[in-house]
Amino acid sequence: MKLYDYVLSGNCFKVRLFLKFLDVTCDLEPVDFFPGCEHKSPTFLQVNPLGQLPVLEDGNLRLYDSQAILIYLARKYDSSGQWYPVNDPETLGRVAQWTAFADGITATSSAARLHDVLGYNLDIKAARAGAQTLFRVLEDHLAHQEFNDQHWLAGSQPTIADIACFPYTALAGDGGIETFIFPAIERWLCRFSMLPGFHNMPGMNYFT
Amino acid sequence: MTMPTHLDPFTHAQWYALGRDEDFPDGRKTQTRLLSQDLTVLRRGRTIEVTLPQGQPRPTQHRYGHVWTTFSDTPRALYDIPEFEEVERRLITAGAVHVRCSGLRAVENFLDMAHFPFVHTGILGVEEHAEVEKYDVSMDVERDEIWATNCMFFQPVAAATAKAGGTTKYKYRLPHPYSVILYKTCPPRPGEWDLIGLFIQPTEEDVCIVHSFVLVFDQDNTDTELLHFQQNIFLQDRIILENQIPRRLPLDMRLEIPTRADASSIAFRRWLKANGVTWSTVRAGDME
Repeated sequence: MKLYDYVLSGNCFKVRLFLKFLDVTCDLEPVDFFPGCEHKSPTFLQVNPLGQLPVLEDGNLRLYDSQAILIYLARKYDSSGQWYPVNDPETLGRVAQWTAFADGITATSSAARLHDVLGYNLDIKAARAGAQTLFRVLEDHLAHQEFNDQHWLAGSQPTIADIACFPYTALAGDGGIETFIFPAIERWLCRFSMLPGFHNMPGMNYFT
Repeated sequence: MTMPTHLDPFTHAQWYALGRDEDFPDGRKTQTRLLSQDLTVLRRGRTIEVTLPQGQPRPTQHRYGHVWTTFSDTPRALYDIPEFEEVERRLITAGAVHVRCSGLRAVENFLDMAHFPFVHTGILGVEEHAEVEKYDVSMDVERDEIWATNCMFFQPVAAATAKAGGTTKYKYRLPHPYSVILYKTCPPRPGEWDLIGLFIQPTEEDVCIVHSFVLVFDQDNTDTELLHFQQNIFLQDRIILENQIPRRLPLDMRLEIPTRADASSIAFRRWLKANGVTWSTVRAGDME
């Protein structure tokens, strides 16, 4: 199995971390996302026509989109069914909902980070405001979950939805977005960092 | 040209890196900042033009994989790095990373070995080996630069080429207030040194862009593997740098209490003070 990877990408980190949780080994193919912009090169566009990371290759399968990769890995390597609970329709629906929500976090919080860290030219005010709106929704949901003794996005167990939403929420500070005003989010990030096998990526400093 | 308030002659007299040669594509204008002033960079064929907002041109030079400029008409000469002439070495430039701190703070953090076990845990240090052994600091009077030598540190993965943990020897060179070069043991070639350095572009007094490079003997790793190693380390530093208060560098030794491990930063702060540097530093009256 091979992962086309960029060390500073939160979407690549999701996959690396999930592989660690599942105790599955995978070769890494490092891509010069910055400053070389290799993901937009003709060679890489043959691998993923969208010019995005990560991409996973497993045998004849080639998958792009980090959330799709999480689903594949969960169904193939998680025999417990905890991470992608296909036999529980309600939980599965919530997993799909919060996994899709992660794309919004990427479009806003990750964009703000690319602007602030790597100097990308984009509308930083819109990116930060968009992230704040999503984080308020996430905060309300997580606070509500806590009242019901549900400590994870889709229920009482962590799922791929938590993995999908974690990195660009944890890295929001890199893009100049403060998350300390969202106490339920902070508590959820902290719980997540205590999952067995968790490790930081640059920009995070959870005690491990 | 009017100088921004607090811009001292020594800071004004330096050459500054603005980016890698390939960051400025032909015919496209790039806006950037240096010492709180706007600059435009434009490549026309093989020449690069750097101009101030009213169109006044500034001199440029291409060195060490980067484009440099200065605001001074009588600049302090850009320092030599003879290792760039050694043909077997590979140069990897890691691109521009923006950091909300004084560029001088970024230099100091790079000099500091004491943070390795806690910030670069499992790579450049481990918590069981946290002690910084005594090292030497000296002044090269002729070139007006600082060297820290005989530095030793236990590292589990000192470089992308390291196969196992071991004690790494370091030297640090400070030839410029916004440049710092690290020389470290080269695992595949005992006796040689690998170079890692920062060319910092101080955009504001408390914001900078860090251009970094790796200049190594390495036949095992691809350029992209070396790039990922370097970026991983630097982004671990970035979060620490952005949380230092105040963002500008205090030169008054009473404001931050140094330990013996900080001998190189003590020398750096003294050197800045002796050269009359005030820009990007904490000044009298800033702190109550």
